[in-house]
Amino acid sequence: MQKTITGKAYVLGDNIDTDQIIPAQYLTFNPSIPEEYKQFGKYALSSVPPSQAGLPKGHVPFHTDDEFVSPYKIIIGGKNFGCGSSREHAPIALDAAGIEAVVAEFYARIFYRNSVNGGYLIPFECVERLCDRVCTGDELRLDVAEGVLHNLTTGEQYALKPLGEVAPILEAGGVFPYARKVGMLKA
Amino acid sequence: MTPMTLTEKILARHAGRDAVQPGDNIWVDVDVLMTHDVCGPGTIGIFKQHFGKDAKVWDRKKVVIIPDHYIFTADKMANRNVDVLREFVREQNLPYYYDVGTDKYKGVCHIALPEEGHTRPGEVLFGTDSHTCTAGAFGEFATGIGNTDAGFILGAGKLWVKAPPTMRFVFEGQLPPYLMAKDLILAVIGDIGCDGATYRAMEFDGEALYALNIEERMTLCNMVIEAGGKNGVIAPDKVTLDYVNARNKHNIPFTPVASDAGAKFIFEKVYDVSKLQPVVAKPHSPDNRAAVGEVRGTKLDRAYIGSCTGGKLTDFRAAAGILSGKSVKIDTFIVPATSEVAAGLKAEKINGQTLEEVFLSAGAKVGPPSCAACLGGPSDTFGRLNQPMSCISTTNRNFPGRMGHKEARVYLASPLTVAASAITGVITDPREYLE
Repeated sequence: MQKTITGKAYVLGDNIDTDQIIPAQYLTFNPSIPEEYKQFGKYALSSVPPSQAGLPKGHVPFHTDDEFVSPYKIIIGGKNFGCGSSREHAPIALDAAGIEAVVAEFYARIFYRNSVNGGYLIPFECVERLCDRVCTGDELRLDVAEGVLHNLTTGEQYALKPLGEVAPILEAGGVFPYARKVGMLKA
Repeated sequence: MTPMTLTEKILARHAGRDAVQPGDNIWVDVDVLMTHDVCGPGTIGIFKQHFGKDAKVWDRKKVVIIPDHYIFTADKMANRNVDVLREFVREQNLPYYYDVGTDKYKGVCHIALPEEGHTRPGEVLFGTDSHTCTAGAFGEFATGIGNTDAGFILGAGKLWVKAPPTMRFVFEGQLPPYLMAKDLILAVIGDIGCDGATYRAMEFDGEALYALNIEERMTLCNMVIEAGGKNGVIAPDKVTLDYVNARNKHNIPFTPVASDAGAKFIFEKVYDVSKLQPVVAKPHSPDNRAAVGEVRGTKLDRAYIGSCTGGKLTDFRAAAGILSGKSVKIDTFIVPATSEVAAGLKAEKINGQTLEEVFLSAGAKVGPPSCAACLGGPSDTFGRLNQPMSCISTTNRNFPGRMGHKEARVYLASPLTVAASAITGVITDPREYLE
């Protein structure tokens, strides 16, 4: 797990469900095949209604120069991020697009598990609602160990909730390395 | 010993412990792992990556593979994914595979599982699909997981879970003929919100609940995920056991469990079902509830009856009761969940016509069993919303883009309400056609 994540914020609202993160028509790609894994990055967030894409103003495309990788590194979301289906393709799509962490008020359970167990990105929960305070394009620095998010554009800093019981899984890099570490799987 | 809820008791037993409390992180033994064509290939990839190319699954009799999502499509990638499943089944010699294009083909996994005897009280079922929670109707712990967790189970037969606290919903009174389980669960989701049960179990109880048939109970448990629930559960009664025993072809032993007297629930709500109204969930969230009366007259372009939550025989029986002798005014799509339901449409009669004849003579289109347009899918999917249109549907989700076009507007409703609305072309109270 990285100690610090630095990059631009992409801001979304409440109930960003897995169909908005990666529409079902693209689930025919097999994430176990590297060339197809990359494709998920291209279609990440492609079903977010334009007015809700890149808050506060909306209508901000998630991709600019590169069709597969987004220039944004951290997503700021509202409540119930990742609700809906169990498709692991959702955190995969964000990972493939270059997202390293999501900071949301709270997560839907399966998206959270998939992010942690697959080791795709770090799902942080914020203490105060940040999707109304951070603007798309703000430069952020996330100090992972301290659990603090610095907004380099505005000079503000925001406390994040401790990662708690999932920290050792994220630290190990996912559920497989974690299970080997704790002896649940043979090393 | 401290009294436990049904969910806590199942998890404790599968963790080899006397007791668990909400919040405990435990490793549980898995009774059944289900996967399908959308998540199976990724799951298989992860299994091979971590356990080795020649690894064998932990128990071939506990793995069930049901292709159902993208079946009747010319999409090459979708068809390639079914080939990946086929190859894995051959290589692992898996007995429970319901292949496309054969007599064994079933259709929607959540309905196929109980039909084929893979759901049993007291068990732990994981599936790579969020609506795996449907099987809670059989008194088991059933929940959706991703590819990594499923790949882990394929090799290890175990998974870590966090024991959830349980919310209890009690349905009292007698259900009026114009209401269905879909109205009950949309009322619950409307009350608690689409995050109201996040990380929690939802247990259903009460006189009106136990008066529901098994398919209606499945509709309730199916949609707990729409409130963020980890699992939905109903303690088994005679109805459950009769169904399960009739389908348990391999005589697999199971142990029914119920919540202890005095078990602690984190939340409790009692509904008098005789006072509830037919409801819809308006675009674009399953908790955006409105009484049908509030949105009556809203113009529609399409009606859709199908899916794991709204494509069972009970759903079609209800819809056919309304559509019998009538004509639909808008494009209406009928998609039986499974081949068994499809056979039921051809066998069961109402006013001298089979259910299928009722739908066809009303002008509806009947498609082959699968998930079809419930989740959009490839662009040639039967019933998919390829334009920004309004659709009333018996399915379970209406987030933007769910049924296809991201500007399409989807209203979720019971099969009765959808059928009544198909006749008029606007949102219509089923009571207008039930007199």
